[in-house]
Amino acid sequence: MAYFDHAATTPMLPEAVQAMTAHLTVTGNASALHAAGRRARRTVEESREALAAALGARPSEIVFTGGGTESDNLAVKGLFWARRAADPRRVRVLSSPVEHHAVLDAVHWLADHEGAVVEFLDVDRHGRVHPDTLRAAIARDPDDVAVITVMWANNEVGTLLPVAGLTEVAREFGIPMHSDAVQAFGQAEVDFAAAGLDAMTVTGHKIGGPYGVGALVLRREDTPVPLLHGGGQERSRSGTLDVPAVAAFATAGTLAAHRRAAFTAEIGALRDTLVAGVLAAVPDAILNGDPDPAGRLPGNAHFTFPGCEGDALLLLLDAQGIACSTGSACTAGVAQPSHVLLAMGQPATHARATLRFSLGHTTTAAEVAALTAAIGPAVERARAAGQT
Amino acid sequence: MDNRGGVRRPSRYPGRVNDFPDAGPTGDRKRLRVLAAMSGGVDSAVAAARAAEAGHDVTGVHLALSANPQSFRTGARGCCTVEDSRDARRAADVIGIPFYVWDLAERFREDVVEDFVAEYAAGRTPNPCLRCNEKIKFAALLDKALALGFDAVCTGHYATVLVKDDGSRELHRASDAAKDQSYVLGVLDERQLAHAMFPLGDTLTTKDEIRAEAERRGLAVARKPDSHDICFIADGDTQGFLAKHLGSAEGAILDQDGERVGTHNGAYGFTIGQRKGLRIGVPADDGKPRYVLDISPVDNTVTVGPADALDVTSLTAIKPRWCGTPPAGPAAYTAQLRAHGEDVPVTAELVGGELRVAFTAPVRGIAPGQAVVLYDGTRVVGSATIATTAHTTAGERTDTRTGADSVAV
Repeated sequence: MAYFDHAATTPMLPEAVQAMTAHLTVTGNASALHAAGRRARRTVEESREALAAALGARPSEIVFTGGGTESDNLAVKGLFWARRAADPRRVRVLSSPVEHHAVLDAVHWLADHEGAVVEFLDVDRHGRVHPDTLRAAIARDPDDVAVITVMWANNEVGTLLPVAGLTEVAREFGIPMHSDAVQAFGQAEVDFAAAGLDAMTVTGHKIGGPYGVGALVLRREDTPVPLLHGGGQERSRSGTLDVPAVAAFATAGTLAAHRRAAFTAEIGALRDTLVAGVLAAVPDAILNGDPDPAGRLPGNAHFTFPGCEGDALLLLLDAQGIACSTGSACTAGVAQPSHVLLAMGQPATHARATLRFSLGHTTTAAEVAALTAAIGPAVERARAAGQT
Repeated sequence: MDNRGGVRRPSRYPGRVNDFPDAGPTGDRKRLRVLAAMSGGVDSAVAAARAAEAGHDVTGVHLALSANPQSFRTGARGCCTVEDSRDARRAADVIGIPFYVWDLAERFREDVVEDFVAEYAAGRTPNPCLRCNEKIKFAALLDKALALGFDAVCTGHYATVLVKDDGSRELHRASDAAKDQSYVLGVLDERQLAHAMFPLGDTLTTKDEIRAEAERRGLAVARKPDSHDICFIADGDTQGFLAKHLGSAEGAILDQDGERVGTHNGAYGFTIGQRKGLRIGVPADDGKPRYVLDISPVDNTVTVGPADALDVTSLTAIKPRWCGTPPAGPAAYTAQLRAHGEDVPVTAELVGGELRVAFTAPVRGIAPGQAVVLYDGTRVVGSATIATTAHTTAGERTDTRTGADSVAV
């Protein structure tokens, strides 16, 4: 079994499992006033402090949520609603065409139901938005922009986007900017304060924490309109906190930040071996995203295999115990041509011919060797099957 | 120990090997890599389960045939919804086989849906299931499966493949005549047949028994209703579907003398032999019911007349496909002219690529576009698309519409 789908979800760290199971045996609603409640609250606040430290944020800026999708929706919709309520001229949403569907579909929803005018900023062939592109878009009418949302690292091709450069522009015009850092956390240096963001999405299960818990890192000055109304347990977010998950998330987050440099060196080296091995076995494969290791996530390798269907390749590798992803979103289990590759200017036939191999903290050299041995014959066979 | 869920009885074709060999660890039969097409219905789920139980290496595939699948069935029972895909996935989980969804929507639209609409537009009556078997399941899907290293495609059709001593294969009616679906498989040629596996075909199994078997196997689709005849018309409203694609244009309903006896909203909406829904105001002279005798899309007219004018004595059919060697000279066979239709005695002859079929006794209500499937006993000989029909009554009316290639859309 070779697992190359860490970008979808990565195994929980033993320390996180330990933290989670320990807290699962402890009773206490973090909002209750008695001793059990205070004990739970203390766990939550210690977790908040730990996660804030790992992300370069203040504890008060951590809003625990149910995961990345909720955080993205809260940031994008919540900030849009708040900004438009303050000034009805603000209807424009600036985003990138390579966003995860949690952002993409949220901004499309705003356009379809809330009168938002969505503008997707052009990306270069590696999937990167340049600050000048953002500046030009804002400058057309700085007063009508409600919110900007551009991801930190692309989940398909692994390209790192120049978040600090983009926020600099956003700050100049006083427009709040959100960034989805789900893939970046633990693999790139993610410092909320240094980046100058207003809001940032992170999630537990991509960094060795549990499923179903995430956070929106949110500047004190920003008050998004909540998606979930209720007990007001978190700032702009209601719902009883999952204390064991929060504790495990913070444990994983602390370790992810702490181990980032080593992860980049070790996993990055395995990734480079994988890329070299795949290109040796399939010389006409195309490595997508920034070819410069400094410009992409250390755990990401994303290829186009011309003449193949991504799903046929996936089946052939799966049959040999190698798990990977076509890298793009599914509709009813059907792989769609990747919107990321299309935005990067690749033809639709290429955008269906992709595989993403994502590495993580459990990846071994033996797994990489298994893949590089299997990929050549698999591509040959998938090519014979052609593209339907 | 044989813990098979279904009731399997000895083949009724002595001297031949029934082609659904067990591939047990001690058996000498080959363990095949099988791609099981799983619609989300009970038949294909049980077929996949039987293939896996026989020891084959089975992978389940659900074909996404609609570009914009409905999330849920809306009163209908199609096979193209997200829910059907989930049902197929759950069945594969229970059987314990890998499962994928393959997107063949584009091919399906081109080869089946557009063909269906074009055939109706040309006044013919197509059978889309047949077309799907010919072009999708045993062409696009089979080709992809073979290229990816599979040996066979398995479906839940009720039909039997027999392997003769010399290794050649024959397609036969299912053991249970009432469930037989060999008609819609009559388009398969020898090569396609060589890679087809129909695990339901050789069991004397009623649908209730298949459902009971699914239940025993823990397949949740056991109680799922049967799918619609035409999967891409989710609500079963073929007329509405055609009206949406072809528009509606008022035209005349004529009697055999060319007298206008009514109006309609589009000739394509009628099928030869149809009696209901004509809404003819003027009664026939003899007071007997009138039937659709002819459809002319060119001038958008529908001709009606008495039942005996529907009698067909012979037909010609084009694009013949043979499950083996084509017949040399005129031969006595039986023919089936529609799904679940009767088997009628005929003499068939291949003349310059065109199949000529003469009926021993006149047959009523044959529509160009339908397939004629020839049988020799239970064996499928081949099939062809009906192009013209000849009648005895009402002055040797001969339908001159040509085949499926000259389509006016």
